[in-house]
Amino acid sequence: MSETPSNPDLPVIDEPTIGAAVDAALAAIAAAGTTAALKQVRIDHVGDASVLSTANRAIKDLPKDRKAAAGKLVGQGKGRVQQALAARQAELAAAEEEAALAEETVDVTVPTDRRPRGARHPLRTLEDRIADFFVGIGWEIAEGPEIEAEWFNFDALNFDADHPARQMQDTFYVAGPDGGEDSGLVLRTHTSPVQARAMLERGAPLYIACPGTVFRTDELDATHTPVFHQVEGLAIDKGLTMANLVGTLDALAAHLFGGAPITRLRPSYFPFTEPSAEMDFRCFSCDAREGLDHDADPACRVCGGTGWIEMGGCGMVNPAVLRACGIDPEEHQGFAFGLGIERILMLRNGVKDMHDMVEGDVRFPQHYGTEI
Amino acid sequence: MPRIPLTWLADHVALRDGADAESVAADLVSVGLEEEAIHGAQVTGPLVVGRVLALVKEPQKNGKTINWVRVDVGPEHNEALDSPKDPQPGDEVPSRGIICGAHNFVEGDLVVVSLPGTVLPGPFPIAARKTYGHVSDGMICSGEELGLGPDPDGEDGIIVLGRGHARGLDAQPGDDAISLLGLGEEVVEITVTPDRGYAFSMRGVAREYSHATGGAFTDPAAAITVPEASGPGVEVLLEDEAPIHGRPGCSRFVAQTVTGIDPQAPSPRWMQQRLTLAGMRPISLVVDVTNYVMLDLGQPMHAYDAAQLVAPIRVRRAHPGEKLETLDDKPRALHGEDLVIADGGGTGDRAIGIAGVMGGASTEVSAATTDVVLEAATFDQVSVARSARRHRLPSESSKRFERGVDPQLPALAVRRAAELLAEHGGGTIASERTDVGTVPARAAISLPVGAAERLVGVAYTPQQVVESLEKIGARVEGEAAAGSVLTVTPPSWRPDLRFREDLVEEIARLVGYEGIPSILPQAPGGRGLTRAQRGRRSAALALAEWGLTEVTSYPFVPEGIFDALGYPQDDERRTAVRLLNPLAEDEPLLRTALLQTLLPTAKRNLGRGQEAVAIQEIGTVSRASGAAVPIPSAAARPREDELRAIDAAMPPQRRHLAAVLGGASGPGSWWGSAEDWGWADAIEAARRVAAAVGARLEVRQDQLAPFHPGRCAQLLAEDGTLIGHAGELHPRVVKAYSLPARSGALELDLDALIASAPAVVRAEPVSTYPPAKEDFAFVVDASVPASAVEAAMVVGIGDLLESIHLFDVYTGDQVGEGRKSVAFSVRLRSETGTLTAEEIGAARTRCIEAVSAAVGGELRA
Repeated sequence: MSETPSNPDLPVIDEPTIGAAVDAALAAIAAAGTTAALKQVRIDHVGDASVLSTANRAIKDLPKDRKAAAGKLVGQGKGRVQQALAARQAELAAAEEEAALAEETVDVTVPTDRRPRGARHPLRTLEDRIADFFVGIGWEIAEGPEIEAEWFNFDALNFDADHPARQMQDTFYVAGPDGGEDSGLVLRTHTSPVQARAMLERGAPLYIACPGTVFRTDELDATHTPVFHQVEGLAIDKGLTMANLVGTLDALAAHLFGGAPITRLRPSYFPFTEPSAEMDFRCFSCDAREGLDHDADPACRVCGGTGWIEMGGCGMVNPAVLRACGIDPEEHQGFAFGLGIERILMLRNGVKDMHDMVEGDVRFPQHYGTEI
Repeated sequence: MPRIPLTWLADHVALRDGADAESVAADLVSVGLEEEAIHGAQVTGPLVVGRVLALVKEPQKNGKTINWVRVDVGPEHNEALDSPKDPQPGDEVPSRGIICGAHNFVEGDLVVVSLPGTVLPGPFPIAARKTYGHVSDGMICSGEELGLGPDPDGEDGIIVLGRGHARGLDAQPGDDAISLLGLGEEVVEITVTPDRGYAFSMRGVAREYSHATGGAFTDPAAAITVPEASGPGVEVLLEDEAPIHGRPGCSRFVAQTVTGIDPQAPSPRWMQQRLTLAGMRPISLVVDVTNYVMLDLGQPMHAYDAAQLVAPIRVRRAHPGEKLETLDDKPRALHGEDLVIADGGGTGDRAIGIAGVMGGASTEVSAATTDVVLEAATFDQVSVARSARRHRLPSESSKRFERGVDPQLPALAVRRAAELLAEHGGGTIASERTDVGTVPARAAISLPVGAAERLVGVAYTPQQVVESLEKIGARVEGEAAAGSVLTVTPPSWRPDLRFREDLVEEIARLVGYEGIPSILPQAPGGRGLTRAQRGRRSAALALAEWGLTEVTSYPFVPEGIFDALGYPQDDERRTAVRLLNPLAEDEPLLRTALLQTLLPTAKRNLGRGQEAVAIQEIGTVSRASGAAVPIPSAAARPREDELRAIDAAMPPQRRHLAAVLGGASGPGSWWGSAEDWGWADAIEAARRVAAAVGARLEVRQDQLAPFHPGRCAQLLAEDGTLIGHAGELHPRVVKAYSLPARSGALELDLDALIASAPAVVRAEPVSTYPPAKEDFAFVVDASVPASAVEAAMVVGIGDLLESIHLFDVYTGDQVGEGRKSVAFSVRLRSETGTLTAEEIGAARTRCIEAVSAAVGGELRA
């Protein structure tokens, strides 16, 4: 056997040559600063004309006994180069993406309100919250006309035409068909006519709350408005007592103002209730909220230093009202109460002037958005 | 409302130790007499008695003469030495130097001095001040300066002890003049609810105070003894021929003559003071006495000049056309329903007063009156209330009668007044007395002992029940035991107590409302909000999210609003409900459309500096019904036909939603400037509202004020019901309300829109096969609405249509004059498989044919 004669056309496949080619490739990969440069490195060092590719192609022509060793030498070398290429590619691509994204940086503090959001009127939102409370305790929300028959606004509620209380409610009267006085209609002075209608239509048992717009001939000032909102409650069932009235008011007070509710009833008079009472809520703002043994802050703007907030009237439904509305007072009895929604908003949210609520200035609702 | 001087109250009930106005008010509140105001002491600070030691009269350049006075104001207040620069007249002794312009006093007189620090009514604080060349170290006071009114003796000048305002008073220098003159009295003003007429008297308030505190009550009426009359006095005839509600206008009339009264005799100082404190003006002895007795007992009275009165007195309804000049010197045209007091004067039948309201001028007591006839009667509440209202005369008398006056009082009140006239005016009380009519017996009320517990929820003992009722003066018969039924006769002064529940309230308030427990009732469970209630919330919220702000407005509109909005003359929106008593005379109508009040609200916002407007409101609108609404009896449930008659005559009332949109829809910024709100936004807002409530709107071209005639959309529910309109406002309206150019608006019937929504939203299957996208452009006549083209396409394509959207409208040379091109992108999808080219082609053909047939559209090449 003689040594294989050297063939100048055949590449040299020995360790020094392949090792040098691999080292050159790795150096070029490390030196490539961009993915574009790396692409050229790939062509130069593992492309068709590269030392490694040429050597690889030549292996098949080697004598059998050298094929394995040469194949291993070239394969391992090429593998190292490919690995390094992939690693560098990932590295460079990440750096380049980072740089590209950095280029796209915006100032996120600029305005984004292409179409600003509107708002709901806080009185309506509060009215909804109150309605939700009553729905939550199993009551329903009843409604009725704002231009109301005198019979429903007064007579059915035990205010006959000569009743002194009828004069106390500063009523808007509707002109008759010929411009005369007797239309039999008023702008409702309270939402109680809704209660009368509900009793007539649905009978007992009945648990309803009636929020709505009501009207009295008061001039607009800081605390009065001729058009305002009330919510009244009415519960008619067997065996309801004033204790149930107090329980309902306590729960409502807690819902509206939070904390442990303290309510107080004072004797009063309304034609449609007997016994009647004025209801006061314990001030939720000053020290008085801590309990009856805590004095009110004399300078408290909410309770005026009295510790109590006057909330409205209430009482047990007068049997005359039940009879007029078709309910047998011997079988069913119940309670009713009424609160002013403007007043609640003024107290709860610190609104100082009625004008803000009624003049339709968008700045008032916009401050609240859709929550109160 | 009644003013309660504390010392007067204390005449009838023992006040708590150290009671002041605030504690009395608090106690009265606890039994239901609300505090209206507290009137504190009228004068505070060092108001003292002083003795004039010396005075010099110093003429001034202005022609006046003033007094430079040395006054001894007591050791506590005197200055030891005169000021060397400004010595006082006379011998130097401890004193104060005061300048006084009045001349009705001399050295040695006792006067009233307000020293520096005193605050007189006004409020008028007193300080030392330099005047007329001296330092005046205080002020010598007149009655007017102290709030006592003109001097009763006509004294011109300051108060001198022993005379005028200070008649009968004596004191030492330095004594407190506030208590001496009664200027420190505190007064509680209370609010009386319509059921408590008896609280319009010291007698009634004292009884209530006793209920609150347990303080001993002495009934002032019980202290009056009415001697047997020797016979009837002036003849009185009760001739009511037209009782109201079947109740006679006058059920009892007591008349008593008092003669020989000194017309010069003033009423006593204490009486004048009490009247003043109670808010009435002292006038003359006779008038003051009748007022005093009314305030004390609660019985309104009247005094006739006996010399002017011609018997007999008749109590009757007014004659047609009858006239009367009342005490306030105003002529009154009487109404046939007015109850009048008449006598035989004039032509023989003369009205001399409106019963229970006000007396007449013809028999008025005057400065020359010596003989009077005193009247105390029981008049019907309703009759008096109607007359007072009719003549707009809410007098002290009518206030009491319309709430009910104790029918036992007339003879007592007349006697008390006569005695006061005898005592202070030297009058002689005639032994005769007229007392006609009757005191109606009170009906007893049957009260089960457990009734209060049943209604109030407090386990009252039978003893508490009986004691409470006895305390208020009721007669209680029956056993105070559980299960028994009591027979309760309310006292004569409580006409308001008529039913069982009235008595329950008395028991509850006397035992105290604070003992009522708190128990939340368990309702059987409701159905939640109605669809309409939920829908309204969703609608308002959807628009709020889309950029509109919800506002509220008053429903009152002026008559000119319909012209301002350009409504045609026969527009039914002109039939507005009219108020008899509007707050503003120029806004007597109620809105028939929400934009009538929302447009002025938009204007107000723009006027306050807003540059754009995007507001919404939900509110009611109404139309006049043209019919009067009947008023059935409230004694029992009205019959169904009566209720139907009410409903039939009610003015139609609907809940509308309206919006006004104008100016930039947002701020300009780095993205450029925002688009202006316009007609398309108004229509889109309507669509969003519809979507929010689960309904759909069809849009058609229309013309309606106040919209631009070419830019007005009619909005219809799916069933064709008219829901409202949206679009651009007419330029004239834009100008009238100073709105941004091309502002849009919408108004829709929200009730109807919500009602048009389906009760259940039916499901649509979700296909997983791929869609096919097709575009179509049709050339149609310019007058063909895009919606008509779309509707034809929908019908033509049929079930395969998934969605359709107009993406372009073109007019111009390429389509020719009077024509337009409308382009739609369409997505087709099948539920059963991937669409084939043949299926898609067939759908295209159907679509093109349908458009051609329906609107004459040609597919654009």
